[in-house]
Amino acid sequence: MSATETPSVLGCPACIAVPALAERAGGKALASAETQLALPGIYCAACISGVERGLMAVPGVADARVNLTLRRARIRHDASVTVEDLIARLGRLGFEALPLDMVALSGSENDRTARDLLMRLGIAFFAMMNIMLLSVAVWSGATGATRDLFHLISGAIALPTVAFAGQPFFRSAWASLRAGRLGMDVPISVALILASSISVYETFHSGEKAYFDAAVMLTFFLLGGRYLDFRTRAAARSAAQQLTALEVPRAVRLTEAGEETVSVSDLRAGEIIVIRPGGRVPVDGLVESGESEVDRSLLTGESLPVFAGPGSAVSAGEVNLTGRLLVRITAAGKDTSLHRMAELVAIAESARNRYTSLADRAARAYSPLVHLLSFACFGVWMWITGGDVRFAINISAAVLIITCPCALGLAVPAVVTAASGRLFRAGLLIKSGTALERLAEVDTVVFDKTGTLTLGLPVLTDLRCHAPTAQSVAAALAGASAHPLAQALTKAALAAGVRPAEVGDLREVPGFGVEGTWRDQPVRLGRAAWVGADAGDTTAAWLRIGQAVPIAFTFEDSLRPGAEALVAALRAQGKAVRLLSGDVPGAVGALAGRLGISDWQAEVLPAEKAACVTALSRAGHRVLMVGDGLNDTAALAAAHVSISPASALDAARVASDIVLMGRDILPIAEALRVARKATRRIKENFAISVLYNLIAVPVAMVGLATPLLAALAMSLSSITVTLNALRLK
Amino acid sequence: MNILAYLIPVSLGLGAIGLLAFLWTLKHGQYDDPAGDAARILQDDFDHHPKPEDKV
Repeated sequence: MSATETPSVLGCPACIAVPALAERAGGKALASAETQLALPGIYCAACISGVERGLMAVPGVADARVNLTLRRARIRHDASVTVEDLIARLGRLGFEALPLDMVALSGSENDRTARDLLMRLGIAFFAMMNIMLLSVAVWSGATGATRDLFHLISGAIALPTVAFAGQPFFRSAWASLRAGRLGMDVPISVALILASSISVYETFHSGEKAYFDAAVMLTFFLLGGRYLDFRTRAAARSAAQQLTALEVPRAVRLTEAGEETVSVSDLRAGEIIVIRPGGRVPVDGLVESGESEVDRSLLTGESLPVFAGPGSAVSAGEVNLTGRLLVRITAAGKDTSLHRMAELVAIAESARNRYTSLADRAARAYSPLVHLLSFACFGVWMWITGGDVRFAINISAAVLIITCPCALGLAVPAVVTAASGRLFRAGLLIKSGTALERLAEVDTVVFDKTGTLTLGLPVLTDLRCHAPTAQSVAAALAGASAHPLAQALTKAALAAGVRPAEVGDLREVPGFGVEGTWRDQPVRLGRAAWVGADAGDTTAAWLRIGQAVPIAFTFEDSLRPGAEALVAALRAQGKAVRLLSGDVPGAVGALAGRLGISDWQAEVLPAEKAACVTALSRAGHRVLMVGDGLNDTAALAAAHVSISPASALDAARVASDIVLMGRDILPIAEALRVARKATRRIKENFAISVLYNLIAVPVAMVGLATPLLAALAMSLSSITVTLNALRLK
Repeated sequence: MNILAYLIPVSLGLGAIGLLAFLWTLKHGQYDDPAGDAARILQDDFDHHPKPEDKV
């Protein structure tokens, strides 16, 4: 908001109500920084004004603009405003917001290409309409000088249009020719060039047939397909960028001068960093001092936190839970085990990219056939007419134009756009172009447990089984800790109306638990060994009052919403469902029983998960892997198609084809259904275009094709496939 | 047939005006957020977006 616009802003009555406006007007030239936030939860007009007003009310914000299509907000503000302020402000208003890394977001490249395609599309449309106007006159019987004049004007419009709007095809055809392949763009380019040049020749020789309208129409329909295709892919790509941008990498480094916050990429081996409770470990290292518990669930699938004290190794991706840790870095950046894993995934990825899509298979069969056909026509007519080159070329050009892959070029993008749009609204981002086709072939679904079928948040299950005194003492002790189990206990106690007992001398021993004094006897809540009990294989916090026998409060990982319905839906669709987890058998078995999954394995190592998925594929199954942790990454990459939730680790999201944005996991069933429908529509579309060609090509080959027929066949087939794609509901 | 001498330039001119208008809207980012624009017309707030400086 620049100073010059201030009067118009103040002139608006609705804006005066916004308190920050006066400040904005007084401050002038405020916009020194720009921030972008991802807003996954917005969907309506009220959300837009809610977010924009909320942000504008923050002092120092100059301008806020929501983009509902991309679910993003751009905010211009001065240096005093931090991203955290903005997110907190939106959080209070009830909007979930995530910071986006501006560097990763430099996706203006995408915008420019989309705009470029749209501009060419608009120009092709203008040219097509004008030429059509003239062509109608020719079709309805204009002859002699009038026809020649109309052809001349058509040519004057068509040639620059084809030369400019057809560039995307010429470029990609040239690239594929140089690589020694015959892509779909080669016959397109040949048809465009041949149709244009032959029409120029005919125009100057007062010929009857000029295909300028066909050439421009071809360009328009194909550009339409190209634009749809690009938009779907760009949406997926920018979503993937958004996600990589979610974790803004910062670390606190300890130097002689004190603590300083630096970017993770500046960390070097040998340095010491501070990891506060609740923070994610950014590097591999050894604990120098401090005691705590770390959550390894993303790396190994273990739902129980692991103790970390001086000398224990921690690796990137783990989350520090209770105590402050000083860690000496052994590996940072590209050398961390996390990063090495991500590279392994990249290799597996490239293997999967060899999957040939339906469109590729169609193009592979189509291109040589069309060229052969057109060339054969040329030869045969040369022989029949005894060397009339002009007539023979006319026929072979007509064949090329009639067989134009208009419908083929639209067949896939139109369906994929309709399907991705549908799934986007259901909260799924399709990252890979062939993901839908692969998803449609799936017959086995393999799930990870922690963080995928469960939320990774413990819930207390047996509060009511304990004596009231135990309940209230435990609640008091748990209230003093930020440990996830303690917080779950506090929450359960609060919900059950348990009043915390009066416990004095509360002290948290990081990595072990909380202790205090209650009615002159020591009380402890924490790890089994610390309170003097034998750990079982369920997740539990132990409480000991005085010298009494310790009692266990057991926890269960809370189920992700929709998990039960999803498993039931998959069963109903006839898919085999499996559960592979790195967690202990007790926890996995309990969950499997609850969801009705009979086929489960616990304590599976990452490599075994991948091996299991590979073995299933070898046995002829098409596997959909759903997982979120680093231990799933290899399996995600090895599977036929993979899905991960947005809460997953970077590496897992990179390895998967589809990302689930919401908390609810049920949309996966919808995705499978839509994918199967979409594939069916694509095949139908191919059938439609083949049918059109079967009728029109013989007509062209015997020399009966007219520009009118070409225009009709082209537009009819293109419109039919588009309408068929829109049937996808 | 002299009428053609007027009608053809007129029709081409009208088309060109349409094309220029399209290019102008494209340049001013009016296709960047179709969903948002559809929702915004229902708002009571004064809204003088999209502003030229909002171009990406």
